[in-house]
Amino acid sequence: MSVRVQSARFDAGAELNAFSAGLGNAGAVVSFTGVVRDRDQGGMVAMEIEHYPGMTEAAIAKILAEAEARWDLVRALVIHRHGRLEIGEPIMMVATASRHRVAAFEAAEFLMDYLKSRAPFWKKEIGAGDAAWVAAKDEDEDALGRWSPKKD
Amino acid sequence: MIDCLYFAWVRERIGLPRERVETSAATVMELVEELRAREPRYAAAFEDISALRVAIDQELADFDAALAGAREVAFFPPMTGG
Repeated sequence: MSVRVQSARFDAGAELNAFSAGLGNAGAVVSFTGVVRDRDQGGMVAMEIEHYPGMTEAAIAKILAEAEARWDLVRALVIHRHGRLEIGEPIMMVATASRHRVAAFEAAEFLMDYLKSRAPFWKKEIGAGDAAWVAAKDEDEDALGRWSPKKD
Repeated sequence: MIDCLYFAWVRERIGLPRERVETSAATVMELVEELRAREPRYAAAFEDISALRVAIDQELADFDAALAGAREVAFFPPMTGG
């Protein structure tokens, strides 16, 4: 299991190839790459991502450990960037490998849901003459509900 | 002494990323009240607690959490990772 928090750009294709090498009895690899997109109204110049050094790595490791406890994963990877990113650049990537596909798909979704709302990153959209922090969405918080232990 | 850390718009409203705070606050909320009373920029940052999250020693916590033994308290808006 691997966590990388970095400002440097990464090559999602190369990362996925490296991740998929020598997986032994894993027959399924799922990956998700988040990319900087322009605002819906357009005019964005860049995105700045602030984070909480120390807590970021610990929070992601905790989320990964939870995924490992829930699913039988052969391998898992989280890369998340911070700093200034241009439109089109990869922000983050999640990859999971398991023997069969359901665990890999579910674990990847779980990781994404928790990274959205529980890893200490804050996105700011930079325009030509303006800048605004991205507001957290209720639906992202609500998405965590589907992973709660089932109650009778 | 507690290290207070501020992130995103909380940092911008207060105007600094971290500071050491001399406090005898027993809970996060008491610390917030002390900070609010300092200056308008703190009052502005802590105006709506429901818009904020807090971490004690890098673990998410509640505003009614005790501060006994805490070294670092961070205040920030809801996270927007991924």
